[in-house]
Amino acid sequence: MTKLRYSLLAIAAMQLATTSVVAQELNALVWCDHADDALIKPFEEKHDVKVNLREYEGTGAALALLEQSRPGDWDVLVIDGIDVFRAVETGMLAPLPKNELPIEDMFTEVIMEENNSKDGTWYAVTEKFGYNTISYNSAKVDVKDMQDLATVWSDKYAGRISIYDYYLPVMGLAAISEGVTTANMDAASLKTIGPVLGQMRSSAASVAGVVAAQTALATGEVDIVVGGGEWLTAVLAEEQPEMTWTIPDQGAVRWTQSIGILSDSKQKELSLEFIKYITSPEGQARLATSACFWGMPANSKASDFMTDSQRAILRWDEQNKFLRRTQLYPAPNMDLDNAMQDLWLDKLSQ
Amino acid sequence: MIGHEKKLGWGFTAPALVWTLAFFVAPFLVMIAMSFANLEGRTLIWGVHLDNYIELANRPYLLRAVAVSMQITFIVTLASVVLAYPLAAIIAFRVPQHWQRFVLLLAILPFWTSYVIRSYAWLLVLAREGLVNQTLIHLGIIAEPITLANSRFATVTGFIHFFVMLLTLTIYANLVQLSPNYRLAARDLGANTFQIFRHVILPLSLPGIVTGAFLTFVLCIGDYVTPHILGGNNELTMPQVVMVQLGRRADFPLASAMAIVMMGFVTIAYLASARWLRLDRL
Repeated sequence: MTKLRYSLLAIAAMQLATTSVVAQELNALVWCDHADDALIKPFEEKHDVKVNLREYEGTGAALALLEQSRPGDWDVLVIDGIDVFRAVETGMLAPLPKNELPIEDMFTEVIMEENNSKDGTWYAVTEKFGYNTISYNSAKVDVKDMQDLATVWSDKYAGRISIYDYYLPVMGLAAISEGVTTANMDAASLKTIGPVLGQMRSSAASVAGVVAAQTALATGEVDIVVGGGEWLTAVLAEEQPEMTWTIPDQGAVRWTQSIGILSDSKQKELSLEFIKYITSPEGQARLATSACFWGMPANSKASDFMTDSQRAILRWDEQNKFLRRTQLYPAPNMDLDNAMQDLWLDKLSQ
Repeated sequence: MIGHEKKLGWGFTAPALVWTLAFFVAPFLVMIAMSFANLEGRTLIWGVHLDNYIELANRPYLLRAVAVSMQITFIVTLASVVLAYPLAAIIAFRVPQHWQRFVLLLAILPFWTSYVIRSYAWLLVLAREGLVNQTLIHLGIIAEPITLANSRFATVTGFIHFFVMLLTLTIYANLVQLSPNYRLAARDLGANTFQIFRHVILPLSLPGIVTGAFLTFVLCIGDYVTPHILGGNNELTMPQVVMVQLGRRADFPLASAMAIVMMGFVTIAYLASARWLRLDRL
């Protein structure tokens, strides 16, 4: 046998060894905040597994992707808290063992049993939450004005506001400003919301996604982002402490994201370990301060693993007050969702 | 012998044919079929339903999106041709031949950066505290910053920056193929510079212009990134509305119907320009 053959055999053996070392892979369909090494690496190292992350935007896109995938392609799904029922209805999510999840340690308002479970069976668990409210540059606006939603989008700030480009929270804010609770939104309440959206739209310089809204605020293009919150300004706060957010007197909208195991997963035990890690105090602290966007951890014990500065940016000490004053953002059925989207697009294009 | 050559020909073209059938023709047929399907809940009902096309006609924001897309596309195509033609002519006729490659390289330099990054860069340049506003204020032309970003102006600027370079290449490729003898002959016959351009150079360079303009039209009408980043969603274009249908609603039938309508406009543009369209000039 020649030296070349020995070398080739050695390379092949090394490749086989490497393959067997990283044989186990976990495939997760997630929001961008999970794509952070600081969050994922500790789990990978502890369990000797490779976590493959695929980011998506919009529940519809995720459900379509899952429907087009082969059974077993995906193990874990991160989903908008109000949309868990959509995945449960289609049988995509597997039951979760409630007793193995830190539900007792969670902020009461975000446990959301009615969203995450059906007929007493849990299918998902809340992992992160935050607010769609008013972000602003405190050096450029009258801070008192930010406590009244109607003033925020009044002519006083015309051309100085940007609207977050997601119809559900923004329409929720519009509803709250008119005294309509998000849980009671229906087709009739759209008639009340329509003119508010029209006023908001006429005062806005732009309707922007996350990065564009952050850029607009940071560069002085606008001074206020309607629908913003800690997730928008936290990453700016270190260099520009004047970028901040508030919950107006009328209240604001609360967003949540949940995590569950896909029913076709062939690695349910490992998937559960992943969920237990993400919802553990350590995992929660890392998820809360993830590179893509910050948000409050659902597990209140995450506080022990966060710095004073991180807690201050997230307004940890004010959470009880904020949770009382905010409402979960609208969870419309399909007909209402379509009507809301049509109204949004109609106002947006005016 | 002919049979062998035929087989060889099929052998060479088969990979391209299979590729085109698998990744263009088949998905296109699925999209057409999808546009006639209906979505009931999360269930797709296949069939020949015209509901999606009727929806298109009945929703004012969809018609506005069509109008906005067409307006932006026409403005961008026209402005890009007007700006690119002199640039291509200068490179082809005025720049010494051994410098032409270097100048073309400079012209396509912006293509080396990511399209998304380039769009965000424009957003910063056009911001209220950006380079353009600060320069205008410094020169005393304006007293207060004016709104340039998040507007149709910004979208059109971002597009033109990209497409002028594309058109410069197609027009240049056409112009350098024209023999100098045409111009010399016209001048011998008494034509002045404008007449040479009007009656000789312009008609002969029409294939390059139309080819570039057609590509600009196709790329511009289907682009999602530039209007989304630079337009600030102040006007919705067709691709943006298509994306909204897919993002949360996952309404693939309605999104497919919109895509088919966009393809209809592209087909009309193709038919209008087919006479001069010369892709071999690229």
